[in-house]
Amino acid sequence: MSQPTPAKRRSIMTRLHLRERIRDRDQAIYGVLLLGALVFPLATLYASGGSTAYIAQAAHAGTWVLLAIGLNVVVGFAGLLDLGYAAFFAIGAYTYALFASAQLGSSPLHHNFHLPFWIMLFIGMFVAAGFGVLLGFPTLRLRGDYLAIVTLGFGEIVPVLSYNLPQWTGGINAIGGIDQPWLPAWITGPWAGADSVSVIQNSTCRNPLDQSHFVPCFNFSFDPVAFYVLVVIMIIVAVILVNNLYRSRLGRAWMAIREDEVAAAAMGINTVTTKLLAFAIGASFSGFAGAYYGAIFSLVSPDDFLFIVSITVLVMVVLGGMGNITGVIVGALVIYFVLNTLLPSLASNSESIANAVGLGSLNAQHGDWPGLYAEVQRLQFLIFGLILVLIMLLRPQGLFPSRVREQELKHAAVQEEASAVEEGARA
Amino acid sequence: MPDPTENVLELTNLTKRFGGLVAVDNVSLHIKRGEVFALIGPNGAGKTTLFNNVTGLFQPTAGRVVFDGKDITGFKPHQVARLGIARTFQNIRLFDYMTCLDNVRVGRHVRMHAKIWDSLFKLPRERREEERVTDEAMELLRFVGIAKQANQYARNLPYGQQRRLEIARALATDPKLLLLDEPAAGFTPQEKVELMQLVKKVVGRGITVFLIEHDMKVVMGISERIVVLDHGEKIAEGPPEEVRKDVKVIEAYLGKSA
Repeated sequence: MSQPTPAKRRSIMTRLHLRERIRDRDQAIYGVLLLGALVFPLATLYASGGSTAYIAQAAHAGTWVLLAIGLNVVVGFAGLLDLGYAAFFAIGAYTYALFASAQLGSSPLHHNFHLPFWIMLFIGMFVAAGFGVLLGFPTLRLRGDYLAIVTLGFGEIVPVLSYNLPQWTGGINAIGGIDQPWLPAWITGPWAGADSVSVIQNSTCRNPLDQSHFVPCFNFSFDPVAFYVLVVIMIIVAVILVNNLYRSRLGRAWMAIREDEVAAAAMGINTVTTKLLAFAIGASFSGFAGAYYGAIFSLVSPDDFLFIVSITVLVMVVLGGMGNITGVIVGALVIYFVLNTLLPSLASNSESIANAVGLGSLNAQHGDWPGLYAEVQRLQFLIFGLILVLIMLLRPQGLFPSRVREQELKHAAVQEEASAVEEGARA
Repeated sequence: MPDPTENVLELTNLTKRFGGLVAVDNVSLHIKRGEVFALIGPNGAGKTTLFNNVTGLFQPTAGRVVFDGKDITGFKPHQVARLGIARTFQNIRLFDYMTCLDNVRVGRHVRMHAKIWDSLFKLPRERREEERVTDEAMELLRFVGIAKQANQYARNLPYGQQRRLEIARALATDPKLLLLDEPAAGFTPQEKVELMQLVKKVVGRGITVFLIEHDMKVVMGISERIVVLDHGEKIAEGPPEEVRKDVKVIEAYLGKSA
């Protein structure tokens, strides 16, 4: 075979890259998301006359986006079904809560820590990743459904432990009064201006080196805009890092394991450590999100990490488009919107719609009919279920599937068709 | 005792039992560096099981596997691949929903050095390595003649090209010994000729080839030595012309004449 000249080779490579680039619908979605992230706070501030309520909602939604990005590494890339993802989220949140509140003072340790958020963000990450490895090490020899059951068990253990270790975790009373993130006063920026434009307030904060002294700082003090900016930055960093991994040696190894574990091993991939890494990295994003979650609410309770959290994140990943980062971001936002805005306001909205179309009589309670408001409220989760079923019927590969899945399902459909034809011919 | 530097692979009394079934029974053989060595035998003779024992997919019940002078009995598949044994599978096992290019790049995995931090932050040396590996993968796709399909999913390739892709992926691991499990199965006569040319090209790269094949034309055409397996036992060994005339071999394939 003749070797192509360097120039020709280069042109082949450029064409390859170009084709990859053109087909990259994801880049367009990233652009739209980024623009949306910029416009959203301004638009809602303007539309609501300066209210930051929507921005606060968006800042909460960011937690879920981070979680979905992390779970996507485990489920979408490496193909490991993790039903206990909330456990790592809890571990991240509790790590931050314990080391940034007065909680440990009343624990057997009798000593308070108030470590800064920025350090705890990374400690939370590493602690969660450590637990990911700890759980993964004995269990990753299991495959498919068996692994799912074990992770499910782990997901149950963590909240149960936090309920039942009140001297450490506060138990049912939760850990409150968790420190807000803050920036040292010498980091000046747009937030350091006059009070009307500053998003973070001038305040005093504990000196991280000498905890009994306070230094001037810019404190987040529950400012939704500050948290919003923070979470957008965290998401951008997460997306860049996960994208880098996706297009690397490790990302390919994950996908190879997802496709065919035996062949992957025969190609020299150490399947155990590669799967462990998927688990650890997925968990670390969850720990990252957990620390943020502890900071934004300043409260961490075992109720926040129940099975439903794991399932919700999984729904976000599957519904958004497994294996595709843009897909899971959109999925997380859609599900968050449905769960936290659409459903809760559905009852009052349907009441006013009934009034507007002249069915106001439905709103009144009579006989067995509890009134439209109460009825819709009762049916909330039925409606949620219907929305999920509908989306999965209309877009079985998720809202923005990775092209990989798209193909797979198309192919499955083709196969079904072919076998149906075959059977018809046989009959 | 043959010189260990001369023999790439030595199997000594290799035995694999599954419960009461003896799939590979006390087989000893040695493969010389640079030769094309064929393993033949009727269906169910234990050929693929023998491959699986060599590549670490199965642990042998007894016996030793020595590769390149090193005892690799009981090694894990990825360790075996790292040492330089690559394989293809009887029923093609590609990464279906990855591109051909990525399939080959996965093969290169074991010769890459990027650590997780390099990849996370796309450090320059990781970029350079990725570029180099992409070039090498393209070169291999060209070598087996499917460079045009680089960006297609492995699933979408026609059968013959899938077999070629599997060979490219195996070659990407830089093997010293390439195990081909029925590479010509389901091929047209024309494709078989092309495959034989490809195998010769592989040998030209200094790689020893150990193949399982049913098609006698292919086996006779490219292999220098043959071992015949029947019911897990080695019944014959030698150059093609000799093996072809061996009474036991004829019996194994055609049954005893009355």
